[in-house]
Amino acid sequence: MSTANIEKRALMSTLPGDDVRQIMWRFTDRYDLQMVIQSARSVARGVIARMVADKQRHTHDWTPEKQAMLKAFDEAGITAAFMEPEQGGYITGPKNLVLAMIAFELCWVDAGAATASLANNLALEPIHEKGTPEQIQKYMGGCVPPKPGESRKMLRGSFALTEPLPYVGVDAGMLSGKIRIAEWKEGKEPILQVEKRGRFITNMGYANFVTASVDTDDPRIKSSCMVILEEGDPGLYDRGAPTLKLVHQLSSTHDPIFSLKVPASRIIGGYTVKDGVIIPNFNNSEVIEAVFRRTRVTVGIMTTAKLLSAIEPVIRYQRTRFRGGDSATPGNPRYDLGIQQKEDPCHRLVDVWATGEAGASLGFEAARLFDVFDPMEQQKNELFEKQGIKGPRAQMKAFMEPRKKALEYIDLMAKPASQRDKKRVAELESDLLVQYLIKESLADVFCPACKLWNTGQGATMMREAVSLMGGYGITEDCPGFLTQKWSDAQLEATYEGPECVQRRQMSLTMVNEIFLAQFKNWISDLRELAKRKPEMGSEALAGAMELWLWSLEYLENHKDANGKTLYGGQRQGVMFPMTDALAWLLGARQLILDTLELEEKGPQNPVLAEGLLGVVNFYSDLCGVQAARAAGEVGRICTELVYGYQAKGCACAASDADLKAFAGLRAKNDVAFAGLRFSKDRAAEAVAHVMIPEALDYPL
Amino acid sequence: MTTAFHIVVCGSLVPDPLQTLEPVQGPTGPGLKNEMMLPSVLDPWAGHSLFEAANLAKHHPGSKVTLLSLGPKAKLQQLMMTIAQKVPFELVCLDGSASGFVDSGEVAAALAGAIEKIPGLDKTKLLVFGGCASASRDAGTTMQMIAEQLGVSDVFLAVDELKVQPDGSFRILERIEGGQYQVSSCAGAPAVIGWATGNLPEPPNNPQVGMANMRGIMPSLQKAVPAAVKTDKIKFASVELPKQQRQTRIVKDTPVDEIAKEIVTWIKG
Repeated sequence: MSTANIEKRALMSTLPGDDVRQIMWRFTDRYDLQMVIQSARSVARGVIARMVADKQRHTHDWTPEKQAMLKAFDEAGITAAFMEPEQGGYITGPKNLVLAMIAFELCWVDAGAATASLANNLALEPIHEKGTPEQIQKYMGGCVPPKPGESRKMLRGSFALTEPLPYVGVDAGMLSGKIRIAEWKEGKEPILQVEKRGRFITNMGYANFVTASVDTDDPRIKSSCMVILEEGDPGLYDRGAPTLKLVHQLSSTHDPIFSLKVPASRIIGGYTVKDGVIIPNFNNSEVIEAVFRRTRVTVGIMTTAKLLSAIEPVIRYQRTRFRGGDSATPGNPRYDLGIQQKEDPCHRLVDVWATGEAGASLGFEAARLFDVFDPMEQQKNELFEKQGIKGPRAQMKAFMEPRKKALEYIDLMAKPASQRDKKRVAELESDLLVQYLIKESLADVFCPACKLWNTGQGATMMREAVSLMGGYGITEDCPGFLTQKWSDAQLEATYEGPECVQRRQMSLTMVNEIFLAQFKNWISDLRELAKRKPEMGSEALAGAMELWLWSLEYLENHKDANGKTLYGGQRQGVMFPMTDALAWLLGARQLILDTLELEEKGPQNPVLAEGLLGVVNFYSDLCGVQAARAAGEVGRICTELVYGYQAKGCACAASDADLKAFAGLRAKNDVAFAGLRFSKDRAAEAVAHVMIPEALDYPL
Repeated sequence: MTTAFHIVVCGSLVPDPLQTLEPVQGPTGPGLKNEMMLPSVLDPWAGHSLFEAANLAKHHPGSKVTLLSLGPKAKLQQLMMTIAQKVPFELVCLDGSASGFVDSGEVAAALAGAIEKIPGLDKTKLLVFGGCASASRDAGTTMQMIAEQLGVSDVFLAVDELKVQPDGSFRILERIEGGQYQVSSCAGAPAVIGWATGNLPEPPNNPQVGMANMRGIMPSLQKAVPAAVKTDKIKFASVELPKQQRQTRIVKDTPVDEIAKEIVTWIKG
C-alpha cells in the first residue's frame, strides 16, 4: 500500500511572496525589474483599484479619472520602461521580461489598465523593431514623459493593423488601408495619401500618432508597409466612436477613420526609390512578424496574473463563509476553515492555482527567452547584412550548415555532462547562428503557446475561480473583481491574434526538427527527475510528451480512412488540437523547472530559510497536479486524433502494429498517474492551512 | 541664512499591517508567527520622518539624508526595492533583528553607535529623525535614548512640523492632548526629532530615483555590520495582540433620532 497519502510533510506557511517569485521567475539580480514591479504594483493596487471600485468600468468614454491613470503610469516609470536610456528610458537591454512583469502587476487588478499601458508600447513596437534611427529617436523619445522644466507635448500612440469591419465589406485577411502617391515633385520627398479605417484600436481616444498597416494602391509603391500618422497631418484624423466593449473598459478603444497626406519619410523603416518606384524597406508582414513575435507573450501573462490574484480572495471567502452564523463559533472547524473543511473547494482552488502558476512559468520563460533572443537576432541581422545575405531564400541557404550544427549541439547536450566533448560544445556555444537557431526554434513555439494556453485555458479557469465564490463571485462587490477578470480574459484570448492564429503558427513551428530534438531531450530529463521527485509528476509528463511525439509522427506519416493527409494542408482539425496538447505540456514542464530552481536557489535567501521546505513541497505538489492534468489532456487529444480517423470498426490495436504501439504507450502513461492524486490532496491541505493576510491590499 | 543639514533617519521594517500578526513564543523569546516569511513595509512613522527629511534636504542645498536601518539585511534589501524609489538617500545598514520584542535600549545603543561612525559626520549639522512610535511594538523610548547617547539635548517628540526660520533656528510643532500643538523654538542642529505623521503625502514610486539610490544601497547592504541586539534581554510574561472590539446589536425599526441619541450618549458616557 502506498504511504504517500499519510506522509506528513512541511506545509507552506504563507502565500508565496516576492522572494519566492524572484527566484522562480529568475530576476533575483534584476533590481531595476524589482523596482518597476513595486512601482507598477502601487499604481495597480492604488489608483487603478480605486477606479474599478468607483465604477469607472461602467463607461466607454475616456474620463478625467482614466486620464489620471496615464499620469500615474508616467510618474511611476511605467510609460518610460519600454524606452532605452538614450531615449529617456532607464532600463538597458531587452524589455520583454520587464514589460511582462508590468502587465502582470497591472492585471492583478485590472487588465484594461494594463492594455492602456501596453498599447502605447505596441504602437511603438514597429518603430522599435524596424524604424529608421530618426523615427526611433522622435517617437520613442517623444513618448517619454517630459522631465521637470521640459516643455513639450508628450506623444501617445495607437497601433492600427487590420480588423474586419462587419457589414462594410472588409475582409479580415486583407489589409484595409491603402496608400498612394499624392504628390511627387522633382527632387522632393513624395507625399503619400493614406486611407485607413481601424476597428477596435486601443488608445485611440487620445493617441496623437498612429502606426498603421497599409497596402499599396499605386503602381509607384512596390509593396505594403506600415506608416506613421500624426494628429495634425493634413486631412481627416477622425478618432471615431468609442467601441462598445463589454470588457477592458479602462482602456480607450475606438473605430477611427484616417484620410491623410503624409511625407514618405513616415514609412516605417524608410524606403528606396528605384526606377521611379518607392520600395519600402520593410513590407507590412515583415514589420508585423517582428512585432507580434514578442508582444503576444505579454498578453498571455495578463490572464495568468488574474488567476493568481484570485487565490487570496477565494481562500478568504472560503474560510470566512460561515462566520457570523450561529453554528460557527471561534475555535470550531466551521469557523476556522469554513468551506475549506470540505475536499472539493480546496481541490478546485488547487486546479486554479496550478493553472496560474503553469501559465506564469510558461509566460515568463517566453519573455526571458526573447530577452536572450533579441540581441542574437540583431547580431544575426548585422552579420547577414555584412555578408550581403538578403531575403528568405538566401537566409535559408546560409542556415543550412548551422542547422546541422544545432542538431549536433542538442545531441551533445543529451549526454551526461561528463561524457560531452567539451571543446566541441564550447565551439557550438560560441557559434552565433547555431545558438540563434536553437533560441528561435523555442521562441517560435513558446510565444504562441503561452498566448494560446494562458488566455484560453486561463479564461476557463477564471470561470472556475468565480464559481468558487458562489453567488458573491458574480457581484460587483466581489473582492478581487473576479467576474470582471473572467470576462476580460476573453478579450485577451482575442487580442493580437485570436486562438486560431496562435494554433496556426504553432502548427508550423512545432514541427521544426531543432525544436523537436530539444523536446526529446526534455523527455529524458523528466524521466531522470522522476526518480528523485515522483510527486512532481514528471514521469506522467514525460510519458505524455512521448505520446504527443509519437502521435505527431504518426499523423504526419499516415492518412485517414478516406486516404486524406492527416497532418498538413488545411487539416486544422488535426493540427490545431496537437498545438493545444503541446501548450499543456510546455506549461506543466516549465512549472517543474521553476520549482526546481526554487529548490536549488531558495536556500541562498535567508528570508526564505524558515519556510522554504513548505513552499517547495507545495509547488512540487502543484507540479504533480498540473502534470496529471496536462497528461490527461494530451492523452485525450492524441487518442481522438489517432483513433478518430480510422474507419469505423476497423481500428483494432491487436491487429495494427502502430495502433498497438499507441495503445501500449497510453497504458504505460495511465500507470504513471499513480500517486498524483495524493499530490492534489497535499496541495489542498496546504491551501486549507496557509496563512493569508487579514484583508486584501486593494479596495473592493 | 542657508543651512545645510546631515539628517540621519532611523527607521526599519515592520510586517505589513495587513498580514495576520500572531504572537508566538520562539526559542529566543517572543516573535510573530512566520515573521520572516511575511512581507514587510517601512515602519509608517519612520516613513513619515524619511519623507520629511528628504523634503527638508531638498529645500536646504548641501544637505544629505542617511537612512539608518537595523534589520535582517535580506529583508531590508527587499524593502529597498520600494523605499529607494521614494526619495534620494544613502543607506547605513545594521544587520540584526527588527523584531518588536528587542530591548529599545539596545536598539538605541546600536543606532547611536552607528551614527557616531558615519564617515565625515558633522554633529553641528546633525538632525536625527525617527518615528515617535512604531508599528511593531510601541515602547516610544528609542529616540530619547539615542539623543542621550549622542549627547544631544534638544529632543522633540510627536512632531508634525519643523520649519527652519530665516535665522537658522527651528519652529517645531509637537502634538499634545486634545488636537493641540505645543510650539517650540530651537536654536538649530543638533537635534533629535521623533515624528508623528508630519504633513507630507507619501511620494509616488519612481524607479529612476530608485536606481540612482541603489548604486549606493547595494554596497551598504553588503557591508552591513551585525548589530548586537538580542531578544533575550527582556522577559515577556505574556504577549497578545490588542483585542478587536466589536459590540453589535441588531435592532430593527428604530427611528433615526433614537439611534443618534443613543450614539451621543455612548460617546459622552
